[in-house]
Amino acid sequence: MTVVLATPSIEVKHLRKVYGEIVAVDDLTFAVPRGAVLGLLGGNGAGKTTTIAMLLGLLEPTAGDIHVLGIDMKKRRYAALPRMNFSSPYVDLPHRLTVRQNLLFYGRLYGVRNVGKRIDEIAEHMQVAPFLDRQAGKLSAGQKTRVALAKALINKPDVLLLDEPTASLDPDTADWVRTYLKDYQHETHATILLASHNMGEVERLCDDVVLLQAGRVFDRGSPRELIERFGREDMEEVFLDMARGRGRGLDALNRKETAS
Amino acid sequence: MSGSAQRIWALVMRHIYIWRSSVMRLVDSIYWPAVQMVMWGFMTQYLLPQASFVAQAAGVLLSGLLLWEVVVRGNLSLSIAFLEEMWSRNLGHLFVSPIRSWEMATGIIIAALLRTLLGLVPVSLLAWAFFGFSIYSLGLPLIAFFAILQMFSWSIGLAMSGMIMRVGQSAESFAWAAVFILLPVSGVYYPITVLPHWMQVISYGLPPAYVFEGMRAILAEKTVHWDMLGIAFGLSVVYLVVGFQVFQWFFRLSRRAGSLLGQGE
Repeated sequence: MTVVLATPSIEVKHLRKVYGEIVAVDDLTFAVPRGAVLGLLGGNGAGKTTTIAMLLGLLEPTAGDIHVLGIDMKKRRYAALPRMNFSSPYVDLPHRLTVRQNLLFYGRLYGVRNVGKRIDEIAEHMQVAPFLDRQAGKLSAGQKTRVALAKALINKPDVLLLDEPTASLDPDTADWVRTYLKDYQHETHATILLASHNMGEVERLCDDVVLLQAGRVFDRGSPRELIERFGREDMEEVFLDMARGRGRGLDALNRKETAS
Repeated sequence: MSGSAQRIWALVMRHIYIWRSSVMRLVDSIYWPAVQMVMWGFMTQYLLPQASFVAQAAGVLLSGLLLWEVVVRGNLSLSIAFLEEMWSRNLGHLFVSPIRSWEMATGIIIAALLRTLLGLVPVSLLAWAFFGFSIYSLGLPLIAFFAILQMFSWSIGLAMSGMIMRVGQSAESFAWAAVFILLPVSGVYYPITVLPHWMQVISYGLPPAYVFEGMRAILAEKTVHWDMLGIAFGLSVVYLVVGFQVFQWFFRLSRRAGSLLGQGE
């Protein structure tokens, strides 16, 4: 019997990004199967945002290959981009445009059919309907995040890249966003790559986690596997072990490296 | 509508939404040309009885001013259309959407054209109302003059936008000032022959020189030099292609250096 393995939605091989003498990402390799949620975890400057920017084509890698939905992003990124989308609290939407105009703008850019109907649909899902005709710049942080997610979902992406999707949100709104993302992923089998500093979020949403340190993969596994390997209670403690270079997880990694 | 047309349309509409939400953003497109037009209008009235050339070719100064404004406003309008994305920290979203750089350039060129027309058409009507001067008396060549000067201004605007994308908003003032370095060699208010030979060589490498010489020929001699306009048109197309290539080159440099990411954050 021949087993045909599905092409991963995201496949990164030996990815490297160097700025002068600074190595931002070093020999990063990972794959994300279709319908999985991968968390990229690491401290500030670990290479999470750089990796996402390279996946989107916003940044040119120094070396390595990226395939999204089986498409070589170096050669044919415009074939993949209509099926991807992105949200980050560090990139705004035009603030003089109303929410509806923003969604119309991006809906048209992504070639969404019946864009007006899709806006109504997503506005209801993301609970942005009451302020559809308000300028995006005049919204609260929570409302802006919901609008940014509405924009990220306007084309029903197969691959969704989220950079700290719940940063600066109150716990209630953050919880609502996580629930929505989980539901979306279940319903559409979309692949989600998530960079976050919120360990609770990572535990709740991610099937798999890549721990990044100084641009390199420090460790990888499901949240449960990592917690077990590090001998900790939760991902917060795992993260602190990695950041401070201590703990059982690190000992295990050191033993593994020495053995190999 | 094809994918490309839809994306270009989206970008144009995005600028129309901004103008609708903030009419003040369009005011400067009318304000400065109007102030200059009034000043040069009175200057013309003052010179008419004293200078034989002005008397012979009435409107030469106002025509020069209005056509030069086509260059200035064209460049500014295009640069502003691009800068809108930087001011709203939106470049990150835009460049990860399926819009290609030529579609983006076309979208902002159309938006710039609309903005230029919204500014200059009212000013040309004011010139007629105040001084009885109609730029439209230049006739059919006016369309050629406008097209040549717009294409040339877009080429500068595209190159400047590329530089701002790479260097950041600190280079913004270049976008405003870039065309003015060409004012002395463009022959806007005087014939190219008054320039030293080496400056004349530069002038004839620039499309505006042919347009302003052509404009004076129509007003003073009632002659249209179509051959000169043909050269100017060809030069403008070359400049536009080069301007777009410069924009593309800066885009590639920005992707390599990570400055697109920095602009977005």
